[in-house]
Amino acid sequence: MSESVATETLTADYHASVTALPRSLARHSPKTPALDVLGVTRQYGAYTALQDVNLQIWPGEFITIIGHSGCGKSTLLNLVAGLDRPSSGSVQLYGRTIQGPGPDRAMVFQNYSLLPWMSVRQNVEEALKAALPGQTAAQRAGATDQALRLVGLWPHQAKRPSALSGGQRQRVAIARAFAVQPQVLLLDEPFGALDAITKSHLQDELLELWTGEAEGGIANVLMVTHDIDEAIYLSDRIVVMSNGPRAHIHEVLDVPLPRPRERAALVQDPAYLRLKAHMLHLLGTVLATPH
Amino acid sequence: MTTQTTSTTVVIRPRLDLRAPLIRLGYFLIGLAILALIWTVLAAVRSDLPNLATVGGSLAELFRNPWYSNGPNDKGILNLLLSSLTRVFAGFALGAVIAIPLGILMGSVPVLKRICDPIVQLLRPVSPLAWFPIGLTLFQSAEPATVFIITITALWPTVINTAFGVSNVPQDFKNVARVFQFSRAQYVARVLWPYALPHIVTGLRVSFGIAWMVIVAAEMLSGKSGIGFFVWDAWNALNLPHVVSAILVIGVTGLLFDQLFGWLERRVSYV
Repeated sequence: MSESVATETLTADYHASVTALPRSLARHSPKTPALDVLGVTRQYGAYTALQDVNLQIWPGEFITIIGHSGCGKSTLLNLVAGLDRPSSGSVQLYGRTIQGPGPDRAMVFQNYSLLPWMSVRQNVEEALKAALPGQTAAQRAGATDQALRLVGLWPHQAKRPSALSGGQRQRVAIARAFAVQPQVLLLDEPFGALDAITKSHLQDELLELWTGEAEGGIANVLMVTHDIDEAIYLSDRIVVMSNGPRAHIHEVLDVPLPRPRERAALVQDPAYLRLKAHMLHLLGTVLATPH
Repeated sequence: MTTQTTSTTVVIRPRLDLRAPLIRLGYFLIGLAILALIWTVLAAVRSDLPNLATVGGSLAELFRNPWYSNGPNDKGILNLLLSSLTRVFAGFALGAVIAIPLGILMGSVPVLKRICDPIVQLLRPVSPLAWFPIGLTLFQSAEPATVFIITITALWPTVINTAFGVSNVPQDFKNVARVFQFSRAQYVARVLWPYALPHIVTGLRVSFGIAWMVIVAAEMLSGKSGIGFFVWDAWNALNLPHVVSAILVIGVTGLLFDQLFGWLERRVSYV
């Protein structure tokens, strides 16, 4: 991290230059990680949830965190979100230490967390109003339209969240997070409650929003999941967490599958099968939870 | 995927479905019939109680000219009801104006809640009528003293419910506000207030119900006007049909206002 001091002042320019590169270049040439988790430990009283977690995420990467329940993967995500603070160590976004939550790390929550008393449109607009106060009303309306169209919910903009299905609600939550143009999009088991078909649709829509570049899309995605297939289908790298207490990163797996990925073709791809077998072994045997 | 559906948003109005209210009304009528039966049996056993026909005649007589006014102690039934309602609303409104801000403060400042909670719990179970002498001492007159005890009555449920609503905003909503960096004002207007409002209205509903119960007793004590005064007056004149009529009028009025608050509750409910 010798450059971090120099880059701190140039973060914005640097970020723009790196993320403007094509994804393939951006992934291999950056000097400052988009996200840098540095020796993070999180204790709750006498209980140590996370111990000495180190992780670098490079601009443009799609990363998933996987592990058994209680392995601290949501804790790690909350630390990145700034909703929780590490007991020791730090998390940095483009070289700046994260001090608290912010729209540059917009989050899609497990239970959607839409404000139920507002319409779909208001949910997105209020987030925009808060996150990007410099926007004019017209810009805000335009950004809201765009985000809602991207997830196919523009025709439903006047509805309350309670009138939508689970998949639609999560689409609104994704649109809301996308609209504020985060540098890293965080997702906490976003599709866990959805049926398989809806889930695969939403996975594909998420991949469309993830352009790997800051301009007009989302450069980085950090997602917590407990679904092995989902992790492989979506990720560049998969972070496998060990079980808590004192959870740490057990292994980071590269996903050597070219994009765009084809679900039907994947199930016969030897690389996919090897990776899946390895993960099943990890989660089923090596990190099996004693019950 | 959206282009073909951009033109019109069809607003589907739910068709007015009368079945559920009609069924509710049916059960209500069955209940009323059972009540009438019990009363008839009771009136047959105790001949000093007025039977339904007498009560019906008394009601008809009272409502023949409900708005008349022959001086301060002789007014029509709806005139009396109106003076009771005016008093209740004055006390209730004053109570709400104190209770809602106090509840918001208690709900958002934990220290304040810890200080005020024991006091609220101490005063809440006290019958509001016990405050009447204090009111008389403070205001030297029965009229403001009555409003005073209604205010005290209306305070507690609203304070407790408002504090509960304000202090129980789910963490999920707070996290949304934090992640998207809602301003203080935006948090209050878009998260805190919409979440707490249904709780506040429920508190107001309970407060009003109790205030309406208390006003009758208070007017029996203060004895100048109002429906409670009417009951006491009728009892002194040994006019039991008037007493029973008044009970019915008080009950129906309370029911109507409870329905009104129920409707308000549904209006502010976000589910």
